[in-house]
This record gives sequence, structure tokens and C-alpha cells, in this order.
Amino acid sequence: MMRMIGRRLALGAFVMWGCVTLIFVIVRLAPGDQASVALGPDATADEIAAARTRLGLDEPLVVQYVSYLGRVLRLDFGESYRLGQPAMDAVLSRFPATLQLTVAAMAMAIVAGLILGCLAGGRPNGVVDRVLSSTAISLQSFPTFWVGIMLILVFALHLRALPSAGSGSLSHLVLPAVTLALPQTAIVARLTRSSLAESMQDGYVQTARSKGLTEREVLVGHALKNSLIPVVTIIGIQTGVLLGGSVVVENVFAWPGLGSLIVDSVAARDYAVVQAAALLIAGVVVVLNLLADLTYARLDPRIRVGAGA
Amino acid sequence: MSEPLLDVRDLDVFLPTRSGPVHVLDGVSFSVDAARTTGLIGESGSGKTMAAMAIIGLLPAGAVTRGQLWWRSEDLLAVSSRRRRQVRGREIAMIFQDPLASLNPGQTVGRQVTEIPRRDGMGRAELARTATHLLDRVGIPDPAQRTGNYPHQFSGGQRQRAMTALALAGQPQLILADEPTTALDVTVQARILDLLRHLRDTEHTAMLLVSHDLRVMAHVADDLVVMYAGRVCERGPAQAVLREPRHPYTKALVASVPAVRARTAIADPLPGSPADPAHRPAGCAFHPRCPLAVLRCRVERPTVREVAPGRWTACHLAEADGLPDAAEVRP
Repeated sequence: MMRMIGRRLALGAFVMWGCVTLIFVIVRLAPGDQASVALGPDATADEIAAARTRLGLDEPLVVQYVSYLGRVLRLDFGESYRLGQPAMDAVLSRFPATLQLTVAAMAMAIVAGLILGCLAGGRPNGVVDRVLSSTAISLQSFPTFWVGIMLILVFALHLRALPSAGSGSLSHLVLPAVTLALPQTAIVARLTRSSLAESMQDGYVQTARSKGLTEREVLVGHALKNSLIPVVTIIGIQTGVLLGGSVVVENVFAWPGLGSLIVDSVAARDYAVVQAAALLIAGVVVVLNLLADLTYARLDPRIRVGAGA
Repeated sequence: MSEPLLDVRDLDVFLPTRSGPVHVLDGVSFSVDAARTTGLIGESGSGKTMAAMAIIGLLPAGAVTRGQLWWRSEDLLAVSSRRRRQVRGREIAMIFQDPLASLNPGQTVGRQVTEIPRRDGMGRAELARTATHLLDRVGIPDPAQRTGNYPHQFSGGQRQRAMTALALAGQPQLILADEPTTALDVTVQARILDLLRHLRDTEHTAMLLVSHDLRVMAHVADDLVVMYAGRVCERGPAQAVLREPRHPYTKALVASVPAVRARTAIADPLPGSPADPAHRPAGCAFHPRCPLAVLRCRVERPTVREVAPGRWTACHLAEADGLPDAAEVRP
């Protein structure tokens, strides 16, 4: 087990390196750089050239890359020229808000998705299944900004029950979290439903029925646990997606999260912040994947024994 | 003979298919006596597994059942679904064909075999003792340690033993065993059959053994029910049925297995292919493959009648002393 974790962490370091490299190249592929964007369209060519020299942007890309990697290994992620503070500090100051939103949204999505998925998957093609499946597809198809605006219209403007924008209290969290949770609920519910419907065809489910269990006992006690591996996988992936920050939801609700910071930094060619954010998200995703793998082993003893051998 | 434990009367089962319902069991009647093993034999598609599933009440969704299933003094097809569930596991238990697929991969074997007493609120220590005792009864060595193992840590034969322990856990009076040895190695098959026979002798549990294998039947069955295309063609005491079949289909089955008939060394395979219940021939369903078939067999469906004490057959031509030779019958 420990060997598996070690292997995964080593692989994770490799993934993070790849991610950093990719981002390093991609942000520099965009036309314009820090010097030209920061100085604005009125700057002269000499001023821009001087700024480029000062920022080290006139060096060959390979030299810039190697010196950047060297600094990253010493945990120096550079300065944000735009914000005037260390890039990682800027990222970390926004991360808690995104984390809060993600945890709230995924918690809702997991609870609601599992319950709805069980209701639908217990009787595939039954009435509940048909209603829930079509609702889930609609939920997944609605654009997030539209759902967010609708929720604001109903709950903030019409009912005046919840604040429409800003952060800081639990009531501020509700609308953006629900907006993010709705499509995630649909994803979790649909996957739970199909995986469960498949498990309900398995032989051990018939055995459980032959013991005189009720359908609910069969589902909860036998079929569900064996259907959860794909659900855990998708939860891990989707949590990673949400942790990257949702630009749209953050904009609609004026939520001070990672998404808007990244978009603003890309627009300003604030390379240091974009790279620091990418590194942090990659690290979180690596940890999430490791957690998902450890969960598989808990769900399926065959994986546990295979990894220990 | 005493009152039978289970009396199946005129059982009809229709299964839904794309092209409409198929009449997979057509007027099936037989009984299972206490403390005896009744063998249900037939080729694939004969409806023998469907009969077992109908008895335990686990037919696929959409199946329509008619007839009567007398379990002691109640008709299982007429009782509430709640009562039906109570019977499952505690009065009638089932052993399935593929023990690997039939055991939950995510639960320890000990947990699975003691699920019924656990639902009854038995305490932890007592459950552990029960699990060990159950695995011991089915001959798994070192049972106390093995209760904590998962199914994939068991061998094929041990899994089927564990499956048997699971069936025994509810102390049923009747165990339905659906091809319990088919998925196992030949060497393991004999040991599982010995276990089933041992359970009948020591625990006096009645058993309905479903198999396509006459050798299995010759080994353990006390009574035999022969099925063809969803109908019963012959039933009676196993040894008598195998020695002197009163139905041409049984006769052909016996002739196809060299080990059962000592005199012929070479097997005589059954000509033709089994009738499909969706396109059952008119009259006697076996007539297209029957060497004795006469005109009457093509048009009139034979009823199951008692031709000799305890010997029932659905053949127009059967007599008290046996079947006519093919040469005697002119269509």
C-alpha cells in the first residue's frame, strides 16, 4: 500500500512538471507579453525593449524556462508585476474562496446525486428513472450563467431570501454553490444510476434477493458499494475541475475565487501568477487522484490485495 | 408416500421478449418430498432453471406466472410479496450456478453467509461463531480464519461450498441448487455432489437439483423430473427412470451418456436440436426428434399419466412395462 502511494506521488511530481512546462509554453504563445501589455499601446518600442530586458523576457525561451524551473524547485514562484506581491501569495489568497465553493457544491452534488441515482437505478426504466434521467440531462445542458442569473432573479430579487453577490457569510455561499452543484448533481446521478442498474443485474444481487432481503436492502447493502468506483472517479475529476475556479459563476456572483484571478492574469500576461495557479491546481488534482485510488481499494478488496502483493 | 413438501401444479410461465411473451413453462407439475433430492433434468432451454426461479420467486421482471406452487399448506403464487420474501432464504434457499458471480466481491465470506441471522439481530460474537460453524459444516478447512476472507481468495470449489453455507444459514427445509457443479472442475464436481448428498443425509434438507448432466443425477437424485421444451415428459424414482425410461426423450438422454448405461461403451448422441419454447412443435414437443413418433404424436399433446406405480410419463406410446421398440411402431 505504501509502495503504491509512493509510486503515485512520484508520478504526480512528473504530472506537475509536465503541467508547469505546458503552461510556461502556452502563456508565451499568446501574442504580446508583460512588457507590451503593462506599458499599454502608447509605449514606444524603446520603452518596451527596456522593460523586456528588465523582466528577462529578451532571453531565449530555453534559458527563461531553465531559470524558472530552478526557482520553482527553490519554491520561488516569482512576483506578480500586476499585483506587486509574490505570485503564490496572490493565488493562495484566492484559493480558500474557491475551495469553500467547491466543497459546498460537491458535497451537495454527491449527496443529491447518490440519492437520485439510487432512486433511478433501483428500477431502471421505471417512472422515477425516466423523470430523473430527463431532468438530469436538462440540468447538465443549461448554461451555468443562465442558471445563476435565474437563481438570482428568484431568490435574491424576487424572494429577497439570499444575497445575490459577494462573499463572507454562509448565505452568500448558497446561490453560487447551488449553481455549481446542479450540473454536478446531474453528472453524479446519471453515473450512479447507470452503474447501479448494471450492478443490479449481477449474480450476487440475485443471491441477496434469495436471502429474502427487500429490494432496498439489496440495493444499499450489496449493489451500491460495487457500483461506486466509476462514481468516485468522476467525483475526483469534477472536484479538480471546480477547484480550478469557475470563471462564469465567480463573475455572476462576484465571488473572489481563483477563476477570475487566472483570467485577469492571463489577460495581463502576468505569467508568474498563471504559472503559480497552474502548479497549485495540478498539485491538488494529483492529491485528488491519489485519494480516489485509495478509495477504490476501500471499495474493492481485490484491488487492495493486488496492490499489497 | 407422505404429503409432498413442495407441490408444483400446472405451472405456466411467460417471459417477455421483443417478439411478444414466450411460454417457457407449459403446464409443469411435479413435487419435491421432504428429505429427498429431486433432480430436474433437461437440455438448455427446457425451462428447468425457470422452474427453480419461479419457485423461489426471482423470475425476470415482466414474467407472468400461472398455476399453483403449494408449499406445505399455502400457494406461494397467491401469498403477499412480503410473505414470499419471508419464505426466501429461511424456508426455501437457492444455490446458484456460478459461485464467483453469485458471491458479493466486496464483502467477506463470513459476512455474506451470516446475513440472515444478522438481520435477525444476532450479536457480533455469536455471528462470528455462526459463520465459522457454517463454513465448517460445508467442509472448508480452517473455517475460523476463512470467514474474514473475500470470495476471490477462495478456490472455485470452496466458493461453491461457501455458497452452500450461505443457503444453509437460514435453516431452509428446501434448497434449490441450479447447476451447482457446472462451473467447476471435474475433480471438484464430485466433492460438491458428495457434500450435497451428505447434507441430505445428515440435515434431512430436501433438495431440488437442476442439471443437464445425467451423471450428476445418477449420483445424487432420489427422484427425477425430465423436462423438454418447457414441459415435463417423465417423472419417477431416479434409478427406475434411468434404468427403464418410459419416455423416448429420457431414453435418448440415457443413451447419449456412456457412463450411465453400462452395456454400451459408445455414446449415442441425441439427433436434432432441442425445441425452442418460442416455436414449440404441435402435439408432443419431442415428436420431430422421436424415433417412435406416429401421426397422433404430431397432433395430440400427450398428458402426463401414471403408467406404472410412481412412474409418470407424457408419451402416447408408453405402456406399463415400457416403451415399444422402434420396429414395432409404424407411423
